[in-house]
Amino acid sequence: MADHITLQVARYRPEQQSDITFDEYEVPCPKEWVVLDGLNHIKDRLDGTLSYRWSCRMGICGSCGMNVNGEPKLTCATFLADYAPGPIRVEPLPNFPVIRDLIVDIGDFMQKLVRVKPWIMRQTEKPVSEGEYRQTPEELDEYKQFSMCINCMLCYAACPIYGLDPKFLGPAAIALAQRYNLDSRDEGASDRMAVLSEHEGIWGCTFVGECTKVCPKHVDPAGAIQRYKLTAALESMKAIFMPRGA
Amino acid sequence: MIKQHPEPWLWLLFSAGGVLSAMLMPMLLLLFGVAFPFGWVAAPSHAQMVAVLGNPLTRVVLFALFMLSLFHWAHRFRHTLYDGLQIKHLNEVIAVLTYGVAVVGTGVAAYILWQIP
Amino acid sequence: MSDSHVYTPYHPRWLRRRVSTYWWLQKWSYFRFILREGSCLFVGWFVLYMLLLVNAVGKGPDSYARILEWSAEPWVLGLNVVSFLFVAFHAVTFFEAVPQALVVHIGRTRVPGRLVMAAHYMAWALASVLIAWLIVGA
Repeated sequence: MADHITLQVARYRPEQQSDITFDEYEVPCPKEWVVLDGLNHIKDRLDGTLSYRWSCRMGICGSCGMNVNGEPKLTCATFLADYAPGPIRVEPLPNFPVIRDLIVDIGDFMQKLVRVKPWIMRQTEKPVSEGEYRQTPEELDEYKQFSMCINCMLCYAACPIYGLDPKFLGPAAIALAQRYNLDSRDEGASDRMAVLSEHEGIWGCTFVGECTKVCPKHVDPAGAIQRYKLTAALESMKAIFMPRGA
Repeated sequence: MIKQHPEPWLWLLFSAGGVLSAMLMPMLLLLFGVAFPFGWVAAPSHAQMVAVLGNPLTRVVLFALFMLSLFHWAHRFRHTLYDGLQIKHLNEVIAVLTYGVAVVGTGVAAYILWQIP
Repeated sequence: MSDSHVYTPYHPRWLRRRVSTYWWLQKWSYFRFILREGSCLFVGWFVLYMLLLVNAVGKGPDSYARILEWSAEPWVLGLNVVSFLFVAFHAVTFFEAVPQALVVHIGRTRVPGRLVMAAHYMAWALASVLIAWLIVGA
């Protein structure tokens, strides 16, 4: 059947089983269908017990990330036809604990995200009467790329270092820290440095580079981390050679 | 305020070693390791080598190359052992061994280079 | 590090899959990474080899001749050929990564990553020519 494709979907029902098993479903495969459409078809027509997360189905909310044939993907942006004749293996994102079927626990990332303080910090807020904080297009370009992150965590799923050491702060959190560090309106870089320059911050990264390859928004977290290593190293040198701070 | 720990320094040594070894090693290795032994090019005479090595600038560059490359090796090897074999629990032993070799190697390199007439 | 999310690490029913010790064999890009990291062994070997060579030069013409002979032995030659490939791979991967790690500004304009990388390749070529000229040419 050329107009159908087989999905091998990972199932984990914690009350029944202790490891993942795979269920196979035949789903229609028109050229405009993505993997998420296939899963929705299963849920609606074939097996209502399947659990997975999704929301916007247009690459903005970042909730439908799964491993498709071993690669972390947004299932709303991964076309079934690209994998013809199949089968396609759909698994929960690796490196995270699996709660049920294709749903993983994202608590660890949520905590890390807050630790890097991803918001604009000012030493002193200027009064509204003085107007807005202005920025030139060049200043915007410095961080714009990093602001595209949708917290889909595909980078964490692709990062073997995070898989090996869950304490590692990880790609997206560091890239988002850089998004604010490089923002001309922000004055919180030294605040973030304490967290970023820990052992489990940037120094855990050995630049495998997979985070950047799987990022659906072209954020380049690997680049953000390497750049920050240089920044942190130079700051360390400054702290020793110019203890008073120039 | 930044807490001082050795990681940034080790990383700087690693990177500097990475750049320097990438710039200088391929050609040196191609000549001494491959081209001369295969006889593609005649090896320089002893007198020529002494002349090249006699220049203090050569020795400074070589010393920097040796020292930084050793720290580059130590840093990468340490992390490869952690990630590739998952033996992070041996952290301290590995760090002492790898950076220890780099420090001793640097000393040996200095000694050998300063021996040349 | 985990302060408030305490129940998560110990949740009895959540499935945790351990990363295989041989994770770097599972994907070509991971394997390429481990090859890149492994290149450091050959960088280390080359330092040792150069130290032996310099030491031999310092000891006089006889020991220099002996080390040239030794480096033509099949296993040394083989090791050096492999080392050359790895060191060249190291150089290429290092320069490839430069635009990601190093952002250069001239005044307010950001120098394109390709240009920064090209500058590194140029420096590599220049250094190589200089070395060849010093050792073989002069």
